[in-house]
Amino acid sequence: MEPSPQQPVERIYPMIKKISLAALALTMTASTTLAATNITWWHGMGGRNGEVINEIAQKFNEAQSECALTPVSKGSYEEALSAGIAAFRSGEQPNILQVFDAGAATIINAKGATIAAEDLLKDNGFEFNREAFIEGVRYFYAHSEGKFVGMPFNSSAPIMYINDEALQKAGVEAPKTWEEFEAIAPKLKEAGFIPLVQSQLTWQFTENFFSRNNIQFASNNNGYDSIVDTTINVTDDNHVMMYDKLKAWYDQGLFGYYGAAWNDNQKVFEEGKAALWIGSSGSFGGLQKTATMPFSATFLPYWNSIEGAGVHSFIGGAALFAMAGKSAEENKCSASFFNFLTSTEVQKFYHQATGYVAITNAAYELSKSEGYYNEKPAAEVGIQQLQLPTAEWNKGYRLGFYPQIRAVMEREYNRLFAGETTAKDAMETIKKEADELLARFAKTAG
Amino acid sequence: MKRVQFNSRYLPYLFLLPQFAIISIFFYWPSMQAITSSFYIEDPFGFGSSFVGAANYTDALNSSEYQRIARFTIGYCLIVTFLALSIGMLLALKADAVIRGKSAYKTLLIIVYAIAPPVAGLIGMMIFDQHIGPFVKFAALFGWEMKVGLNYFDTAFAMVVVAVWNQIPYNFIFFLSGLQGIPASIREAAAIDCKSGTRRFWTVILPLLTPTAFFLLVINMTYSLFDTFGVIDVIVKDKAANNPITLVYKVYLDGFRGNDLGSSSAQSVILMLVVLVLTMIQFRFIERRVHYG
Repeated sequence: MEPSPQQPVERIYPMIKKISLAALALTMTASTTLAATNITWWHGMGGRNGEVINEIAQKFNEAQSECALTPVSKGSYEEALSAGIAAFRSGEQPNILQVFDAGAATIINAKGATIAAEDLLKDNGFEFNREAFIEGVRYFYAHSEGKFVGMPFNSSAPIMYINDEALQKAGVEAPKTWEEFEAIAPKLKEAGFIPLVQSQLTWQFTENFFSRNNIQFASNNNGYDSIVDTTINVTDDNHVMMYDKLKAWYDQGLFGYYGAAWNDNQKVFEEGKAALWIGSSGSFGGLQKTATMPFSATFLPYWNSIEGAGVHSFIGGAALFAMAGKSAEENKCSASFFNFLTSTEVQKFYHQATGYVAITNAAYELSKSEGYYNEKPAAEVGIQQLQLPTAEWNKGYRLGFYPQIRAVMEREYNRLFAGETTAKDAMETIKKEADELLARFAKTAG
Repeated sequence: MKRVQFNSRYLPYLFLLPQFAIISIFFYWPSMQAITSSFYIEDPFGFGSSFVGAANYTDALNSSEYQRIARFTIGYCLIVTFLALSIGMLLALKADAVIRGKSAYKTLLIIVYAIAPPVAGLIGMMIFDQHIGPFVKFAALFGWEMKVGLNYFDTAFAMVVVAVWNQIPYNFIFFLSGLQGIPASIREAAAIDCKSGTRRFWTVILPLLTPTAFFLLVINMTYSLFDTFGVIDVIVKDKAANNPITLVYKVYLDGFRGNDLGSSSAQSVILMLVVLVLTMIQFRFIERRVHYG
């Protein structure tokens, strides 16, 4: 997933701005479209990404007159989901709710809470073609047989950013695999850099360790087939090996770790102290403003020693869900908005304005033909990574109470680097607690 | 003397009604809801639920993680309460003794209270930032490599400092007014009897301050248990990981982040009971020793 898009320091100001923007949008739509059907869209984006959402809503409202869409920011991803749930229970749900990757199981398993995006579009007479979406985007928010439940919206992939000066100074090439990294890391250290930092172990070194290296993440087909008796495979030997390596690199000064908070780790790279940083494909826009040195980007490394590794990563970010319990006219408007969102022009605009990947092939081709990636090559890396082959275990995962499971991982990973546990013990603890949480989740279905 | 009486037997109840309505809507009703849902494991959207008896309670109480957080919460409350009360009292004693520029001192000490806990947390976060925090740089001079957010003890230290700092002014105001409520005649009489200022404090001033101190004890316990939420939220930056958190923060994480309403409700009922017992102890045993002059 993406981190919560706002940093705490920046949280308060954009909130005020968002409220006033939303109020403005509300008054504008109220005065201009008296006869239009009003629909609402709750989301969890802040800062520049929140502004882009308002711009998209405005574009939609200007493009047609039947529907008036009002976006409302609910804070972070988690807050948006909680607000949506609370609203649903009291019958006040928005038409469209943005839900992040880790919350996918919560909303998709609540059958009756949503209308599958694919059904919504087809029932309202819009065309829908799964093949129009880029490879890595098709499965994560879909049923196991492929039907889109959520409409992919802001999508990202974990990619590796490169401090060009550091690599030049050390006289090395960017690594494609972790084996190559091991070979060049001492040289980067000698050149005076921290060879590697990352920003979210759970997303980048656990979930996407399983996807990139094509290893099963959870039983029951990564949780897609059933929520009953699903267990997690974090104790997989290769996964334990990854963390043993990370710890060894940390002890040798080849890997820097500054806690679970995204920015505490990113800052080291921005300041030019680190050579390589695993970030999000959506980070490059911000990085252009904050990085103190020239940088480029490439794919998230994988292990050459693991057979079948090197496939695409899971899609991160969030999707839009059409909430159930709304009138036919309002649903038609939601469908019309989903259709609008996937149009090539809008996708291109969103991709270029935010740095999230373009989710349709057409938008990607358009950006490419216009030469956008010649100016900003880093913007293309995430899409290319998501276009790598689809294999057995990199379609996605569907695990209940996953936000808590991530919290357990964060705790154990911090303990690992604080020297309080070993990778093997940490994984066993995570497996035990995660399996208990998954069993609890199975009971929620009643 | 004429006793004031209500004309109707029902009138007092009518006057009580607004207060009672507020308590019912905002306290009793949600409490009942929490108690009910603590016996279920429920789909967050409200589609399905399984009755699990007391399993949510036993799961929480038997979890080593919950026990670890409970132990931290107890230690945290005791330390924050003790430090906030003692420093607040010390400052009040000293400010009370100042004669020139008294109001300037007082204003400077009180003004911190105008800072909301999340803002205090933000300031604390910057002071203790791993990369740019002035305190971290200061600590490094003594060979203390602080890693707030990664090291359990360092994060706890930052949380205690910010929570205490934020609460001192409140205690200061009350202690100062408590001190000013002690009649000058008593102080003068004490000064004639005893030369030692410290001894006068323990034998005369402190006993007369006990009503204030008792009130503040109750308030500070609740503050450290519940109101430090904002401080903790900001310091752990959304990622509790292995960092210390309090039980209230855990209720929030499980309920609002994880959407596990059953477990979260059970935990909040446990907290409700803890507060109930704590309040009973405070009023039954500690208040007996309070001297209401």
